Amino acid sequence: MKQDTMKPVVNPVANPTVNPVVELKDVHKSFGSNPVLKGVSFAIPKGQVVAIIGKSGSGKSTALRCIDRLEIINSGTIQVCGHAVHSPGVNLRQLRQDVGIVFQSYNLFPHLTVEQNVTLAPKAVKSVTAAEAREIAARTLQQVGLADKAQAYPEQLSGGQQQRVAIARSLAMEPQVMLFDEVTSALDPQLTGEVLRVIEALAEGGMTMVLVTHEMDFAARVADTIIYMHEGRVWETGSGTMLKNPQTPELRDFLSHGL
Amino acid sequence: MIDGGLNAHHLQYLMFGALWTIGLSLISFVGGGIAGGVIALCRVSPIKAVRWATIAWIQLIQGTPLLVVLFLFYFGLSIIGFELPAIVAASIAMIVYVSAYLGEIWRGCIESVPRTQWEAAECLALSRAQRMRLVVLPQAVRIATPPTVGFMVQIVKNTSLASIVGFIELVRAGQLINNSIFQPFVVYLLIAVIYFAICYPLSVWSHKLEQRQQFGSRAAPPTANAT
Repeated sequence: MKQDTMKPVVNPVANPTVNPVVELKDVHKSFGSNPVLKGVSFAIPKGQVVAIIGKSGSGKSTALRCIDRLEIINSGTIQVCGHAVHSPGVNLRQLRQDVGIVFQSYNLFPHLTVEQNVTLAPKAVKSVTAAEAREIAARTLQQVGLADKAQAYPEQLSGGQQQRVAIARSLAMEPQVMLFDEVTSALDPQLTGEVLRVIEALAEGGMTMVLVTHEMDFAARVADTIIYMHEGRVWETGSGTMLKNPQTPELRDFLSHGL
Repeated sequence: MIDGGLNAHHLQYLMFGALWTIGLSLISFVGGGIAGGVIALCRVSPIKAVRWATIAWIQLIQGTPLLVVLFLFYFGLSIIGFELPAIVAASIAMIVYVSAYLGEIWRGCIESVPRTQWEAAECLALSRAQRMRLVVLPQAVRIATPPTVGFMVQIVKNTSLASIVGFIELVRAGQLINNSIFQPFVVYLLIAVIYFAICYPLSVWSHKLEQRQQFGSRAAPPTANAT
């Protein structure tokens, strides 16, 4: 990327941390002949919240999905909680116990109640007892403010409530890192607020998180680091103040034109 | 019995035949359902060789008339020394036939569960078998119910082919009666009515299940307070 004429002004230097929870180094990913990630590097220390922003097609969601090996990268390395995600031999089930992911479309299991959605994985993967499972459900649903909805089915809930259940479902596995892939994009502003409050509370609780988001104010408020991606590259990184003082014309353009 | 019209004994005999039609249908459905379930799972197996072998099997059976399959098991096997009673040959042929069709119907149902459901389950660290058993199959079963009940109509009607190898079900019973009273129109009309009486409720049931699914309500709502 160094020989590129459209070189980013601010270079994405990996955070100088000893043991980052998530670390991407020179990650390349193409879909067919279409390169989506062109050498992405960043690192996330424990307890940090990183927001990835950028236009549609900038590769931000793909980068996030690569962290959980939902996409397999072409070159580069990804380390997540000690797992070599880029390696074909990575223990996927271990990786996915350490990484929680929440999707834009919630993807709750429609045939199960809220409580069953939350306890499915702890029961199946960690073989917790029924009593422990109930405890986990009570705790995580409390965390997302839906303790009273345990027996409801997903279709009986609003979008915001469904997304909060999806967060509780991920939290039930006690992950080391949480990934959020545009989790409020399908919600109207009012419902967006209730989901963002849950994420904010998680951030305050010290959860390591990566958020792909279009909510700029939220990113500025909650994220320790903001990564602006443009055309498959990390174009600019900084703290929340970066959005008030963009260094590259692309970020300035992105911020002024909205989304 | 010179003028020999249709009498109560004949009707009784037809009912006996109808019972065997239902019996053979049940054997076909249960046996074919079990085999079809295995075929559907093999059809979506991650192992290529298993998938291909299953496709070959399905194509082979779907590309062969049921009658020929029936002859193969009844006449074909007797030549190489396995003389099967008509009921056994008919059952095997029906099970083979049903398994290929139900297997393919159910494969479609499994694949129509959105990919994002697989993905969500995968991201929760569920193994492939757990994803299938706990997440995909319960949803696939709901999708599969109407077409499966609909296919039961085909099973019932196709059991009539077993009459050709001499198995006494509804059609064969009718043929035997007709041989003695020579009133084909009356006899076969009666048979048609009986088939209809068996099949129509299944069609209606299938249709109702389909409608219910379109309105998105679940089969057994445990909570009625939908918002």
